[in-house]
Amino acid sequence: MTATTETHASLEDLPRRSAALSRVAFGGLVVALVLAFLLSLALGSVQIPLDQVVRVLAGGDAARDSWTKIVLTYRLPKALTAVLAGAALAVSGLQMQTFFRNPLADPSILGINAGASLGVAAVVLSAKTVAANTLLANLDVPGHLGLVASATIGAALVLVVVMVLARYVNTLTLLILGMMIGYLTNAVVSVLLYFSIADQVRAYVSWTFGSFASVTWRQMPVLAVASLVGLCLAFLLIKWLNAFLLGEGYAQSMGMPVRRARLWVVINSALLAGTVTAFCGPIGFLGVAVPHLCRALWGTADHRILIPASALMGAALALLADLAAQMPGSATVLPLNAITALLGAPVVIWVILRRTPMRAGGGW
Amino acid sequence: MNATPVLTTKAMAIGYKEARRPPRQLATNLSLTLQAGELVCLIGPNGVGKSTLIRTLSGMQPPLAGGVELAGLDLTSLSAHERSRHLAVVLTERISVGMLTAYLLVSLGRHPHTGWTGRLTDQDHEVVRWSLRAVGAEDLAGRPVSELSDGERQKVMIARALAQEPVLLILDEPTAFLDLPRRVEIMRVLRHLAHTTGRAILLSTHDLDLALRSADRLWLMAMDGTLIDGGPEDLVLNGGIEAAFRSERMAFDAESGSFRLSTVARGTACIEGDGLAARWAARALERAGYQLLPDCQPGTVRVTVTQALGSPTFAAQRGTDSRQFERLQELVRWLDSQDGGRVELQPMRTALRQAVEARNDPRPE
Repeated sequence: MTATTETHASLEDLPRRSAALSRVAFGGLVVALVLAFLLSLALGSVQIPLDQVVRVLAGGDAARDSWTKIVLTYRLPKALTAVLAGAALAVSGLQMQTFFRNPLADPSILGINAGASLGVAAVVLSAKTVAANTLLANLDVPGHLGLVASATIGAALVLVVVMVLARYVNTLTLLILGMMIGYLTNAVVSVLLYFSIADQVRAYVSWTFGSFASVTWRQMPVLAVASLVGLCLAFLLIKWLNAFLLGEGYAQSMGMPVRRARLWVVINSALLAGTVTAFCGPIGFLGVAVPHLCRALWGTADHRILIPASALMGAALALLADLAAQMPGSATVLPLNAITALLGAPVVIWVILRRTPMRAGGGW
Repeated sequence: MNATPVLTTKAMAIGYKEARRPPRQLATNLSLTLQAGELVCLIGPNGVGKSTLIRTLSGMQPPLAGGVELAGLDLTSLSAHERSRHLAVVLTERISVGMLTAYLLVSLGRHPHTGWTGRLTDQDHEVVRWSLRAVGAEDLAGRPVSELSDGERQKVMIARALAQEPVLLILDEPTAFLDLPRRVEIMRVLRHLAHTTGRAILLSTHDLDLALRSADRLWLMAMDGTLIDGGPEDLVLNGGIEAAFRSERMAFDAESGSFRLSTVARGTACIEGDGLAARWAARALERAGYQLLPDCQPGTVRVTVTQALGSPTFAAQRGTDSRQFERLQELVRWLDSQDGGRVELQPMRTALRQAVEARNDPRPE
């Protein structure tokens, strides 16, 4: 076979071959996600055998009543939260990276995390000492829903400002404005913290550690609907996101309604990231690291692959990070944000360093 | 070639609207047409508004007055989607996206023709393959765009535009940043595309020489905001090109179709002999600042070119001095030293030359 015929054969086969490869990768990822999900139900301060976990999930009773209760009341909502939050953060991060054409963009880039923090800080730091302690010690008090509501309001406020700006300024300006709004909001939080007493500060700080454990069954529908709507919307945005890969000039020349697309990408990223931050606290690094990991694994920038891949990978990594934070076999729980940073930062470093062309110009 | 106009403008003015000021007009009263199957090169000095014209014709900015019609339809009334099915562009902005193969990049050009998911049908894949082959980039299909050379990347960007199946292709300086062989290659590809597929292709370029050789028609924009439209050779003959590019420091030489640096006149020279060596000897003398005369007269530098066994010899006579050279560089240097160097920096040049010559040639002469 000569070189030319090989080239021609590969030109015909190129789409088919990459499709086959990506199916294999997706299969592996789904298996990993299911395993991580089951493990996160089985492991923790109390170890529950896997077959018992499966029996509880199938609607039966485990060998011990306490196991059924642990799985259904604590671990299942936590695992579901991790799946939803991980998927939402990763997809939001992917959208931000493509939209801003910046490899370091993540859900916090529009100041949405900062807005949620401000909402939480306002509630926690203005509450009386006892109330602040109760707020985070007892998950089912109505005050917790108030916390979520205030975080949502804070995130939404920042979002509205950013959306109004998005209509008038270009993408780079929006990026800088989003960061500045974030700094401003954090500054207000700092001032609030300065005038607070130690208990309030501790209550606030423990929210910033991030946790998947604070979502109860009662709150689950809100989180589930918001993140699933956002994820579905992300699938609708795939074509626009692919066009954005070449920049706004080319996107427009290929028939994209650039202004409308930009608005929807901002709304969707904010919906995904804002919801998760409100319920779980500001969780770092999943949004930055997961899209890089998926690009490297699948070897493509195509969002038809990256959106589902990031959602699955984000969910799996969120479960694993939560597992690690639980330190199975011990009663200690580490701050989730510390674990995501420990997992995420090396990934980002690895991806950035192994990228072959290290030329300037922001290629990722 | 049939005469279907793909693009027409009527009494169009281009420029920028500025806040609280009258709009800045770069050119007015432009009535232009682009026919199917022709390659038109837009040339002109920097700052005359070539990019603005390109942007206006591709619908990226509205004209200040008049209208642009694409296949008989008002360009500004078309939606971005409708426009994208007839008009494709290659912009100057650099694409730097990792993990994006040339094949995927070209397939993005199918966007105006795919559904909301952007899923490619077999027919779409067929167009992508055709586009890659049309620019001779089929070997690049599986390579990441970030690893391609500038020339390869430009070919892939042209293939992407072709994948839109446009009737009109507009390219903003597609040959900038490329070396000469790549520039020639890109122009060859574009010319071939225009002639064989019936697309109209408009490109802006700084490469006058290449434009003169490959364009079917030139649009020549001058500093006064006028645009002259004509065949390349006609524009050379009627002095249009010389007028548009005229400046103190260079002159357009209609004989050679290229620019000549205007240097300080140092005298006159004549060449005896003919062939390639004689033509380049004339170029060397011109570069050195001599005005070439057709006949040798007393007082001119006379260079006699003889060709022996494939290697030329240059015999120079200046007044009573005469010498033989095998290289034109040595001939020019000798003339320089005879004149006492070029005018302005004489003492420094002399000192430097002595130093350099002493270093290069330590033997005493």
